Amino acid sequence: MRSLRSTLITTFTWILVALFFFPILWMVFTAFKSEADAGSIPPKFIVDLTLQQFEAVFNRGMGYYLLQSTLASVGSTLIVLALAIPAAYGLSIRPIKKVQDVLFFFISTRFMPVAAIILPLFLILKTIGGLDNIVTLVLLYTAINLPIAIWMMRSFFSEVPLEIIEAAQIDGANLRTELVRVVLPIVLPGIAAVALISFIFAWNEYFIATLVTTVNARTTPPFLVSFVDGRGQFLAVLSAASTLAVLPVVIAGWAAQKQLVRGLAMGAVK
Amino acid sequence: MSVGPAGGAGPTTHLNGEEEDMTVTAPPPVGIDPMSLPAVAQKRKARVARRLVMPALIFSIILTQIPFLLAIVFSTLNWNQLRPDRIQFNWFANYLVVFTGPDFLPSLISTVTITGSSVILSLLFGLVFALLLDRSFRGQALARTLVITPFLVMPAAAALIWKWSMLDANVGMVNWALELVGLPAVAWNTEFPIVTVIMMLTWQYTPFFMLILLAGLQSQSREVLEAASVDGAGPVRTFQWMTLPHLRQYIEIATLLGSIMMLQVFDPIAIMTKGTGGTKTLSYLLYERAFIGLDVGEAAAFGVVTVVLTIVTTTIILRSLFSVFIEGGKR
Repeated sequence: MRSLRSTLITTFTWILVALFFFPILWMVFTAFKSEADAGSIPPKFIVDLTLQQFEAVFNRGMGYYLLQSTLASVGSTLIVLALAIPAAYGLSIRPIKKVQDVLFFFISTRFMPVAAIILPLFLILKTIGGLDNIVTLVLLYTAINLPIAIWMMRSFFSEVPLEIIEAAQIDGANLRTELVRVVLPIVLPGIAAVALISFIFAWNEYFIATLVTTVNARTTPPFLVSFVDGRGQFLAVLSAASTLAVLPVVIAGWAAQKQLVRGLAMGAVK
Repeated sequence: MSVGPAGGAGPTTHLNGEEEDMTVTAPPPVGIDPMSLPAVAQKRKARVARRLVMPALIFSIILTQIPFLLAIVFSTLNWNQLRPDRIQFNWFANYLVVFTGPDFLPSLISTVTITGSSVILSLLFGLVFALLLDRSFRGQALARTLVITPFLVMPAAAALIWKWSMLDANVGMVNWALELVGLPAVAWNTEFPIVTVIMMLTWQYTPFFMLILLAGLQSQSREVLEAASVDGAGPVRTFQWMTLPHLRQYIEIATLLGSIMMLQVFDPIAIMTKGTGGTKTLSYLLYERAFIGLDVGEAAAFGVVTVVLTIVTTTIILRSLFSVFIEGGKR
């Protein structure tokens, strides 16, 4: 009786999980179909699989856009780490006045809707010639990710027992060796979480990318939208492009589920 | 609790005094009380700390505050992009347009409706998934991995796939499934745009709620639950009287953070509905004003009002988030 109920719940779980995951599964499946098969109703579950959509996607230059996405996300993640680690450490070793205010300032910049400042930003970039430049995206993504990175890093630093640092100071270690040799190894998982979250946000960002880039610095998300074609069938090729676009983040997220949880909750959940 | 320097007043064992529960894991410091260090050393430390924080602070101020200050300046100007030679100061005329015009209030209502419904639905689905996936069964790890995936998928890609592959009136899988069980097809994208956005957001954010709630469930003491079971409490009563109160803190954190993220929703609106049918959220309205409209001053005024509104809302949200931390710390 008990095992029957358990089996039923497990079956129910799998049905729900399958339904929930279905759109992604269907996207990947459609990516391997021909356009004719992809657009047929009723949908075809048994088809000849083909790689022609992926070929088409790369012929339309997807490689370049993936490269731009990589530059923007890796570049901004590195700068985020370089700025956030010292800042969070500075906010953790005691006596800066008004730490709370500084923290609130940082976090409030993250929650300021980007849409509200996009016009002045756009006009500034236009004036200084910063439009359609990958460096611009790197800097903007850094600004967006920095607050959460500092917030998260601080919560990781706060778990480092103070006496470890004080001991290092008594040993005469200067600040840099103290940070690099003593503290960093302890908070390494936290740094991984921060890097992962920064990378995900930057890789998936659409709004800014679509407005401040046109050709040279265009990243993958706005490029995907260009597959929607009013004149013909595009489901299969769109699915192929989307599959490639989501792959890096999905794999990274799958590999680092534990870090993801802590990172997403900004350290609120252990 | 305190965040920052006040925490250093007592013999706290941590870099800051925020997380009192940590005192359990770390023994009290032996002999070194930071406040007993000579004042000179304290001052030196403060200087070092300030030097470490400065680069990030300056970077943030330049990239976020300068555009915002400019937005404030622009918002007081009569500036039509077709007539760049005739820019004039016009006091608060643009704000008058924001508050008396027909756009702002409906957009605010759309934002609240979409965010509110998506948060509630994501919370419910997230709770169901968390409870189901907390059980141990064959393939549990795989099931969890599959369920978190929608949150990792690029929102632009997800919106495109939902719009064209799932919800399309003719070739969409959802309509095909409806017809399979004898229900009529629905023109989702044109007739119920707001439903499509809420569906898509719920699908994307359910994993986020699930992950946080699952972390909550797993932090629950097994012994207490077993004791309850031995005492004859059924699963429903155990859930109602033990699990739910324990989860409350996690539900609050997930709801607050989820709301903050969803309040800024733009991608599915731009890709799926273009603001039609009650889906013109504040982010989309601002985008429209800035890039389709030609009035720089008005667009800036809409932006400034939205920022003030958002900062007020999120500050309230964050303060209550802190109170969640406080309660959690005192436990």
